[in-house]
Formats: sequence, C-alpha cells, structure tokens
Amino acid sequence: MTLRNQAFVVGAYEHPTRDATRIPLAQLHAEVAVGALADAGLTLSDVDGYFCAGDVAGWDAPGCGPFSMVEYLGLDLRHLDTTESWGSAYINHVSHAVQAIVAGKCRVALITQAGRPRAERLSPERMHAEQTQSAHEAQFELPYGPVVTNMYGMVAARHMYEHGTTPEQLAWIKVAASHHAQHNPNAMLRQVVTVEDVLASPMVATPLHRLDCCVISDGGGALVIVHPDVARALDRPMITPTGAGFTVKHLNGGYFDILESGGVKSGAEAFAEAGVRPEDIRYASIYDSFTITVLVQLENLGFCPVGQGGRFVADGNLIAGVGRLAINTDGGGLCSNHPGNRGGMTKLIEAVRQLRGEAHPAVQVPDCGLALVHGTGGQLASRHGSATLILERV
Amino acid sequence: MSGTTLPIAPEPTSETAEFWDAANEGRLLLKRCLGSGRAFHPPRRISPFTGRPETEWFEASGAGKIYAFSITQRCGAPHCIAYVKLAEGPIILSALTECDVSSVQIGEPVKVTFVPSASGQLLPMFTLISNEGQSGRGGAGLGHQGPATARFLDKRQTEGK
Repeated sequence: MTLRNQAFVVGAYEHPTRDATRIPLAQLHAEVAVGALADAGLTLSDVDGYFCAGDVAGWDAPGCGPFSMVEYLGLDLRHLDTTESWGSAYINHVSHAVQAIVAGKCRVALITQAGRPRAERLSPERMHAEQTQSAHEAQFELPYGPVVTNMYGMVAARHMYEHGTTPEQLAWIKVAASHHAQHNPNAMLRQVVTVEDVLASPMVATPLHRLDCCVISDGGGALVIVHPDVARALDRPMITPTGAGFTVKHLNGGYFDILESGGVKSGAEAFAEAGVRPEDIRYASIYDSFTITVLVQLENLGFCPVGQGGRFVADGNLIAGVGRLAINTDGGGLCSNHPGNRGGMTKLIEAVRQLRGEAHPAVQVPDCGLALVHGTGGQLASRHGSATLILERV
Repeated sequence: MSGTTLPIAPEPTSETAEFWDAANEGRLLLKRCLGSGRAFHPPRRISPFTGRPETEWFEASGAGKIYAFSITQRCGAPHCIAYVKLAEGPIILSALTECDVSSVQIGEPVKVTFVPSASGQLLPMFTLISNEGQSGRGGAGLGHQGPATARFLDKRQTEGK
C-alpha cells in the first residue's frame, strides 16, 4: 500500500504566544485545536479521531489526561491515539492518523500539542529528573547528573573527536536559524547572529554554547488530517503524507554509537516508502533542540555522508535562498519556538506552510512540492524516538 | 556549607541490590549474558540480547576509556559527566572525579573509584589514570574536596535536614 493520496493534511495552526503565563495548558490545547480546524474549514464537531501525547493537561493521572482533553473539547470520538514519543510524537501521530483513516477508524483526525515551561518555570533539567525517576536505568544515571545540555554536549564532543567538526561549523546552524527568524514576528530571537556571536556566548555544557541551544517557550500547535473525501470537499491545498518511519534508539546493553540516532532507520523507511531520495528534498524541518541535533540528523537521514555534517551546514548552506537545503524557515526551535520542550509540531506546521507557499516570502522555497519532517524525541545521547515524515503537495 | 553537595542517591531494587552492595565494597559488578557471552549494563534479570534469564554477575576490572564527556559548571565547580567504555565491552554513564577535568580528552584511560552519594551509598565514578598520584594538585580544585564532581542538589536530602 502506498501512503500517497490516502489522507491529506488540511489544517495547521501554530499558537502565536511564546509566554502563556495567562493561558492554562488545557486552554492552549483547545485554542490550537480550534485554530487548526478553522484553517481547514472544519469544526470540533467534525473530529472523530484525536491524537495527543504526554503534554496534555492531567497526563500524570494515569489515562485521564487524554479523556480530560476530549471532554474539554466536547469531542465525539471513534478513535483515540495517545502514543508518547516526546518531541517526535506528533510526527509519529501523522503516520498513525493516516493508518487510522485508511483502516476506516476515523475521517477527521486532530493532533494537538502544547506546553508552558516558561510559565511553570519548568526547566528541561527538572523535567528530565522528574520524568525518569521510576525508569529502571534511573538509579544508574541520575546520580551522575545527566541533564539535557550535558547529554547533548557529549554528542557534540564525540562528533568533534571522530570527525574533526568545529564549534564554528555548529554555530552556522544557529546563524541559519537566526536569518530565518528575523522574518517571523512571533519568533523569540529575531536578531540575526554571526558565528562569532555564537562562540562568544557563555559555555553551557562543553562544547556547546548558550546559542547552540534552542529557546524555552510556551505555546503549541495543531494539525488536521482527513480522509480524501473530506479533503476534496474543502478548499485547501492538497498535501499528502507519502512516507513515514519511526523507531526507538536505545543503549542496547551498553553497545551503541552515540552519533547514530534512530533517524538512520526512520529516515530510510520514510524515503523508501515515499520513493524519493535526500537529493530530491529542498525544504526540511529538522528537529533542532541544539545545533548538534541538526548536524547528526542531517547525516543520519543521508543529506550528507557521515562525518561531513560540519562541512554541509557551514557557510549558509541551510539558509533559504542561499544554500542547497533550507531548513526550519520559521526560525525553528533554535530561534522561534520550542513549545513545551517538544519541537515536532512546529516542524510539521512550517513544512505545511512551505508546501502551501505560505512561508514568509523571504524564506519561501520556490515551487516547494516536497518536504521532509524529522524529529528526535527524548535524548539523542541515550534513548529516543525518531520519527520521519515525507509530505508532498499534489 | 559550601557547594559540596553529594550526588543524589540511587534507589536500588531487588533486581540491582547486588550491584549496589558490591559498590559499597569497592567492587564494580557487571551482568553477563550466558547465552551470548556478552557483558551488559545497566544490569537486569533478563538479557537484552537473548531475552533469557540466564545471566550472571561478575566483577569488572574497573578499567576503561572515555567515550564522550561534557563539562558543566555546578555550584561554582566543574562537573564532568562521561560515557566510559569499559574494558569488558559496555559503555556506561558515569562522571569523572578526583582529577583535573579541564584537560580531559576522549580516548583517555580511566579507572573506577567509589564516592559516597547523599545516602552514603557508594557510587562508581572514574578518574584519569594519568592523574594517579597527583590528587590534590588538580588545577580545577578537584580531588581534595571529596566527591566534588557531582555537585547537584538532592532536594529531598537538603530540604529534609
């Protein structure tokens, strides 16, 4: 079975806020849900499939969070999917939504994502510690002080050791993000930065500087995927998933390559299913929790040979209109938005903007008909879920 | 008190008590899968390679090499987390202690050492072999303040006292 034309992305909405001090979590989910449905020309009463992950309000009460959100929204469901794979969950949900639509389990699938770590003063470090306390490996890891920054720092250190990658090359990834973010009025960091600016920012976790890190922001987004019959009745651009892949990378009893993420498998599966190659892609949304995240994933997805990532990202090669591959033209997590410390939804939304020709004119890829979305949820240096999706405008 | 906060204490389970008891005696244990012959970490009842319960504990040499590391500043002192590739095969997450971490390099040989956590439970950490006998001379001020590397607060400990 080919995915092409089995289902269509008809609605997308990113919440404009980056500071949700006055917006409770459930309300954020509701606002993005309504926004995406309005974009599609649909309403909550049309939804019969709902997809969410661990960021819904009340998730900690086992099994209740998703029900609570369904009740808040007043949905009448035939299908519920609460697959949790952290920041990559929503990319995974698109694939699951297509499967559910093909299987006849729903016709209008709604995916929501939201978070407010700024409002809750919830650092990724605290989230990391709290959320892994009960895991089997926690007793063998938490005493050593793993936090999100030093875990990604280890990946960067190893890449530099194995391949001679430089801090300047990593900095180019932030520079590209800032060039895009200057055109996004909602971006948290709109000022264009230079390689020197990145290297002059404080060292956070060697070899990563503060500007190698993404923003911490409140907000969220939602996506609507529908059956072809529903899509044809709507006056929206027809965007169809054509390939999807997912895997979980883990430490395998202590035998692993820290530079090989799950993207190697999820990417290969998605490309094979879509029948396209990395060379065919001119726009990609690449998860960018840190600069090193982008570099490793670009290699793992096959955009450049392993070890060549540093050279590939340098000299503006990721800047729209300048380089060979435009990525994260909204400014990405590095400069615009990383709501709830989960970047997958905003990655999907910018890909939809590009495929519709609705990105900012300064960063719009001309005649963008094919886009890749890739996310890493969890820790690149240890266990994570990798999801890859290929979207095509038809 | 200054920033010499102890590492948070591990919470052993019936599956892992042997590992932590041995650590308190200054021994680093690993599990070996009897089906494949491979050592693995973290220890668990079921082998991740075969899915079978035929596994055994054995004492590791404590020797390894730094696979990756990252230094952060905690309470004004450097903290160096590291993946260490053990001589027996597995890479394990740990931290460097009792050495000057400012000149650490990937690939450097290290050996296990044991430092107390907040509960008194000893934790396996690693120190540079090249630093042997130089404790107290470290430029970063480590090595003479006890377990100075893992300086992040254990709130349960500090707030409870």
